[in-house]
Amino acid sequence: MSLLLIVLLPFLGAVLPALMIRSGRDACAISAASINLLALVLLLTHAPAVFRGESPRVLWRWVEPLGLNLSLHIDGLGLLFAALILGIGLLVVIYSRFYLGRGEAVGNFYTYLLLFQGAMVGIVLSNNVLLLLVFWELTSLASFLLIGFWGHTSQGRQGARMALAVTGSGGLALIAGMLLVGRVVGSYELTEILASGDTLRQSPQYRWALGLILIGCFTKSAQFPFHFWLPHAMAAPTPVSAYLHSATMVKAGVFLLARMWPVMSGTQEWFDIVTSVGLITMLIGAVIALFQEDLKGLLAYSTVSHLGLMTMLLGISTPMAAAGCVLHIINHAAFKASLFMNAGIIDHETGTRDLGRLGGLLKWMPITAGLAMIAAASMAGLPPMGGFLSKEWMLEEAAHTKLWGADWTLPLLVTVAAIFSFAYSLRYVRGVFFGPRRDDSTTPHDPKAGLWLAPAVLAALAIAFGLFPEAMLGEVVRTTTRGLVGGAEPKFELALWHGPNMALAMSLFAVVLGSLAIVAYRPVRRVWRQIPLPEGRAIFDWALRLLSGTTRAINELLHGGSLRLYLTTMLTAVLAMGGWAFYRHEFGRGMRPLLEVGWVEGAVWGLLMIACGLVVVFHRQRLVAVVAIGAIGLVVSLAFVRLSAPDLAITQIAVEVVTLILMLLALYFLPKRLRAEQEPGGGLGRALVSIACGLTVGWLGFATMTRDFESIAGEYWRRSLPEGGGANVVNVIIVDFRGFDTYGEIMVLGIAALIIFGLISGMMRGQLRGALARWTSGESYSPSRHPLLMVVVTRLMLPLSLIVAAYLFVRGHQMPGGGFIAALVVSIALIMQYMASGFGWAEDQISFDYHALIGGGALVAGATGIAAMALGHPFLTSGFGHFHLPLLGDVELASAMAFDLGVFLTVVGGVMLALAQLSNLGECTRDGATKSEPMDYPHTSGQGGTSREGRD
Amino acid sequence: MEWLVAAAIATLTASGVYLILAQRTYTIVIGLGLLTYATNLFLFATGRLAVNAPPIVGDPQAPHTDPIPQALVLTAIVISFGMTALTLVMAVRGYFESGGDDVDLLGPEEEVAKERR
Repeated sequence: MSLLLIVLLPFLGAVLPALMIRSGRDACAISAASINLLALVLLLTHAPAVFRGESPRVLWRWVEPLGLNLSLHIDGLGLLFAALILGIGLLVVIYSRFYLGRGEAVGNFYTYLLLFQGAMVGIVLSNNVLLLLVFWELTSLASFLLIGFWGHTSQGRQGARMALAVTGSGGLALIAGMLLVGRVVGSYELTEILASGDTLRQSPQYRWALGLILIGCFTKSAQFPFHFWLPHAMAAPTPVSAYLHSATMVKAGVFLLARMWPVMSGTQEWFDIVTSVGLITMLIGAVIALFQEDLKGLLAYSTVSHLGLMTMLLGISTPMAAAGCVLHIINHAAFKASLFMNAGIIDHETGTRDLGRLGGLLKWMPITAGLAMIAAASMAGLPPMGGFLSKEWMLEEAAHTKLWGADWTLPLLVTVAAIFSFAYSLRYVRGVFFGPRRDDSTTPHDPKAGLWLAPAVLAALAIAFGLFPEAMLGEVVRTTTRGLVGGAEPKFELALWHGPNMALAMSLFAVVLGSLAIVAYRPVRRVWRQIPLPEGRAIFDWALRLLSGTTRAINELLHGGSLRLYLTTMLTAVLAMGGWAFYRHEFGRGMRPLLEVGWVEGAVWGLLMIACGLVVVFHRQRLVAVVAIGAIGLVVSLAFVRLSAPDLAITQIAVEVVTLILMLLALYFLPKRLRAEQEPGGGLGRALVSIACGLTVGWLGFATMTRDFESIAGEYWRRSLPEGGGANVVNVIIVDFRGFDTYGEIMVLGIAALIIFGLISGMMRGQLRGALARWTSGESYSPSRHPLLMVVVTRLMLPLSLIVAAYLFVRGHQMPGGGFIAALVVSIALIMQYMASGFGWAEDQISFDYHALIGGGALVAGATGIAAMALGHPFLTSGFGHFHLPLLGDVELASAMAFDLGVFLTVVGGVMLALAQLSNLGECTRDGATKSEPMDYPHTSGQGGTSREGRD
Repeated sequence: MEWLVAAAIATLTASGVYLILAQRTYTIVIGLGLLTYATNLFLFATGRLAVNAPPIVGDPQAPHTDPIPQALVLTAIVISFGMTALTLVMAVRGYFESGGDDVDLLGPEEEVAKERR
């Protein structure tokens, strides 16, 4: 349980700084630090068990069919990384408090930082690779937010985008690779994958999986050729660089390599690729770092180089090399985070990070200088610092490893890297703290303790790791290595002095040549600048331009802002696919006997054909189109009557009426004359596509209708009366068997009505209001009252319609009818009042709110479902019973009727909201304003009537 | 009868597609309406055609048609009203916003020309 809490705490805590944003920087920092500390303490309570060799685990089954479980575990490797993430995180939180200025969005900063922290802890504690992938993507996103924290600078935006593009696309490759691994192994649980190394390595998919996973790891850990994003990520605030881009996130790639080490390593492919890429990265990172002018740039390339070192050690595939990698991870985290914070202090105090402008700061900033020297000595690999141990270890391993078919390549190249590594460390110290002071605008001084405390802790650790390696790190490295290699760890003791050996000789050589390079820095740099080098950023930009250009061209070709072009493309594609299916399979007419056609059917069918022809030919005559549409709706209703679908027939005819009114209302606002279409090619293509669509769909329908089939309806049919309590199976399906679908559908209708309300309300406010008030339909309407007869008839119709609706509603469960139909009938009755008496009058009479109807209906329907849950049944299970009521006799009441009531209310609310709002719009136009009198007659001679008269 | 229904579906689909390939909002709404009829009829037809066999439980010997497509189509009819209403209101709003009833985006040059006006 507490494992889950460790992962969740940073996520939960991430809201605190955002909430405390008004309470100032201290409150934000303290809340973030407390969360962080709590998670760290929880983590450390697991340490004793892990040191004993156990690996505590928790598992919550989640999406089992996908193999995705909330499954966490902690072993040596996870413990080390989690401790680094939370430990350095705490130091960074403290440091950031003093680093960020008063005007910065400190709350956001800490929120992002904690989000990142949670995601990172999630990666290292996941015991399910799918879960790990989710956290992996989250770190990319959090990194994007943090790099772009200073979004007002173009470097910030570009750096953030580049980091996201590179690590995000690597993440996609990683997902593919992990899915392959999961399919080969048959499980996504990490513990099971780790136990299936042989299966995986012998599988034909191994190479694919390896390649894809390596791309994911290499992009994240900035390995060649993906290293270029990391220096650009330095646009982030320095605490972020210290945390994400040196100590933790970029090590996620190394972590995953280590995590997969037991199952993936040991093959020739692994050795060749991982070792070579690590070596190349280490070498070029070190070389480029020496010639950086920006302090953070120098440190960034140095990070690239050290990540390469770790990758290389993992590539060598021996347990001893893996142990060396673990040792270096710890050392690197200590000295590099310290150095980044140091660079931040220098930037903070002097206002520049440019090595060309810095110098001689030893005298002014002795504490900062001392800390920098300790950390830089560890980075250079000098005794008695921790970095010395891991560098010696690496040199020793390299000296015994054969690469690219020769004994000498690896030792030689790592020595070259060591030379440059020593040289850039020296350059950092010499360039900033020694020599003449070049920047004289201000008098720099050591910062407050808050800023140097965190780097000081890390520098102290860097010394302690070197002086007392066995006491400080021995057990940690052994436990971690045990977790990494997944078996017996190699036997070793950590010691500062191993006696004269090959590695020491290589180190000495590196120190001498590195010092020479600094002494002769200018000539060396001149040589460097002569070498033409491809620039990662330019290539990246070029690739991005190519990609977006191609996408845009394709998009323009298929879409291009033209609905017709887009639809034609889509329809042609669908036709091609459908045509292929017709061609490949037998789709002739089936053997089912056809129904007889009487002359009535034939005549009605003829009417439909005529109406379709009218619409197509005269669609620019708006009223002709409306009338023809009405005729088509009528024919469709008749077809439903004939073809045994009474419910559909009633619904269709009712919807027809409502739609007709709606269209007439909308037509009032739409252009009176439709301009002729611009037809490319005389509309031939358009006609061809239409005819092809019609023939395909028609033939598909015919082929379907002429075949017998086995319906799944048999079960519904049997259970309808005994279990649903209704004889009308269609209604029972709607309100009971498939009630959840219906629930969704009334939601859709309600939401559509609310959108309509929003769209029209927006027109009655703001800029459009003026345009609306000036607008006139341009046609003359009678300004006087509606005919008296119409008003009287609609009044008489209202109660009758309501009774019909109630009847349809109540009998719906047994006979054709139901909530949908009743709602439409009520809507029609209400709209008639609007039509006869005008919007103002009707709104005055109707005392309920249509919004409330929609919401109330949704609530009633939902409550019916929840009531079933409260009784221990699944959502929307219905119950029913027969009751004997006086006068009415036996009555059956089903809970489904309550659901149907919800449907009824929502549909009435939705339909009425849409129509009433549209007629309300008319009141805002100039036509609406020029009415000479109200549309209705005063219904009493009393107060209400006269006041109305008086107003007009 | 099957021939008639299939021909009706075909005609409605063809007319509907022809109209939605237009450039005027109102024409497209009409076309969508026709396509709705076609789709609903098609869905209904997948339950096969039957005369005098309503899906009401009564006499167990009496023939009855498949209720499932009917239930699907019933809700589809109501939803399609929502869709028609929404597209119509969008057309109205679009007309007031842009002063026209053309559904296509303006090209960059036309956009600039409009800005200048």
